[in-house]
Amino acid sequence: MLAHEFIRNALLAGSCVALASGAIGWFVVLRGQVFAGDALSHVAFTGALAAAAAGWDLRAGLFLATVAVAMGLAALGGRAGSGGSSGSGGTGSGGSGHSPADDTTIGVVFSWVLGLGALFLYLYSSGSAGGNGIVGARTLFGSIFGLSAGEAWAAAAVAVGLLLALGVVARPLLWATLDPRVARVRGVPVGGLGFVFLVLLGVDAGEATQVVGALLLLGLLAAPAGAAHRLTASPWLGMALSMAIALVSVWVGVGCSYELSSLPPGSAIVGVAVGCYVLAALAGGRVRRGGAIPSRGATGDAIAPHGREPTAMTSRPSTS
Amino acid sequence: MEPHLSIDPVNDVQQLLSYPFMVNALEAGTIVAVMAALVGWLMVLRRQSFAGHTLSLMSFPGAALAALAGWPLVWGYYVFCVGGALGIAAGAGVGATRDRAQESAATGAVQAGALALGFVFLSLYGGVLEDLETLLFGSFLGIDSGQVLTLLAVGVAVLAVLALAGRPLLLASVDEVVADARGVPVRALSVAFLVVLGLAVAATAQITGALLVFALLVAPAAAAQLLTPRIGLGLALSVGLALAVTWVGLGLSYFTNWPVGFTVTTLAFILYAAARVVKR
Repeated sequence: MLAHEFIRNALLAGSCVALASGAIGWFVVLRGQVFAGDALSHVAFTGALAAAAAGWDLRAGLFLATVAVAMGLAALGGRAGSGGSSGSGGTGSGGSGHSPADDTTIGVVFSWVLGLGALFLYLYSSGSAGGNGIVGARTLFGSIFGLSAGEAWAAAAVAVGLLLALGVVARPLLWATLDPRVARVRGVPVGGLGFVFLVLLGVDAGEATQVVGALLLLGLLAAPAGAAHRLTASPWLGMALSMAIALVSVWVGVGCSYELSSLPPGSAIVGVAVGCYVLAALAGGRVRRGGAIPSRGATGDAIAPHGREPTAMTSRPSTS
Repeated sequence: MEPHLSIDPVNDVQQLLSYPFMVNALEAGTIVAVMAALVGWLMVLRRQSFAGHTLSLMSFPGAALAALAGWPLVWGYYVFCVGGALGIAAGAGVGATRDRAQESAATGAVQAGALALGFVFLSLYGGVLEDLETLLFGSFLGIDSGQVLTLLAVGVAVLAVLALAGRPLLLASVDEVVADARGVPVRALSVAFLVVLGLAVAATAQITGALLVFALLVAPAAAAQLLTPRIGLGLALSVGLALAVTWVGLGLSYFTNWPVGFTVTTLAFILYAAARVVKR
């Protein structure tokens, strides 16, 4: 199997993208930004179609679109601006602290971006004769088996860069996520970190689109990380676990898809990842119910701040 | 007759209504807009746009499954929508308060898993599924009157369920803890809401496409909630905005030949942005 060059390219690109997505995905789940990841994956589709309609390189459009929308989401009072700075702004629902405004904002923005995608698809398919199926399929389904050596190395380089960048911001980002108030008091640029993180997420979304496709990107981002969060509360162990699950998913997925030609590679990869998540959810659920690990309850609370009001978090220890 | 826009709006509307397919499209759009605006208002209140979007995508694996198994299309939708809704609900944990981080992770996993399954079914089926892009981006054109009746039945059923469960559901959505203390079955309501959302969205998405449903679910409701905190007024505003967006979007699409998915979502986005600016 390894004798084929396209398999080697697929494994090289796939492994690097899996590691980057696993690590970034761990933060995505911790920060409750899976929906942002979902939105960015669909933005990648629109970006690629826009590039196709304009006759640019697909990847240029893809990265431009994902990074631009990531910045837009961060600026639109996403999680980055949550807390003190925007709390007084008062968008009706009192969106300070956790990220309720995010959910709707992302939903509105990205349904519009998909609408733009529909327009580009129309412009492209009516502009040049045929061919729209190819672009559509490439971006929607990914083309891990169609990567050239150069593309694979480029994907690997971007992934390594992403990992390095994440490594630099990981510690303050973790702090800013778990306890934004204390972090801000201690001089951590919480808003800036949120912005940087969304940009990293945007680059990763553009990157992973080439491997598993825009529609399935979420599987690589959310499923391994979700599984890791179910299994352990330790940040570094969880991150490593998430990366490992993503890596195994890519390898097993590529292997299965090679053996069974009717199985699309993107589906196989995501299928393995989601399978891991379901297993982890079942196992983690049993651990929690049985109470075998006492720290499990504390874990739930430690991860919860973006889901609940921080005031409730901070007041809990004093009342109990 | 080529579509052309004149200065006389009455003439334009007459021109629109002279085609049966446009009449069907307007009827279907009206039903979808009313249903989506009401369900969407609750969805936005509950911060479950992500779940709504995931469920709206279930039309694709549903269609692929139905094609592969030789079932009627709707069976496939129902299998995936109910399954997806239950999966998301399971991810939210068993307590009265939803664990939102885990819920969003579970939603992501449900979405990715279902789409992956959809591709596998499609690949096994070997054939070409009608039109993937239509399924995703949707089109109001090409709807027959039988489908309009189907939509009407779904809409009435969904609204009836919401009317019955409305008050406790509202309380559970606004304050889970208080609702739980008052003996409201918060957990069961949460699951039921997701299932209803899924069924409504799936039945609609097969006819109008996933994107249009989702846009009509989220944007008018979000704009309405920005503009007023009152329940009745908010619901009415949400319906009004959704209807306006749908009608104008359809007309615009007819005269410009742009895809209706683009015109409707763009109008919805402009409304939401305007609402944000007004409230700033």
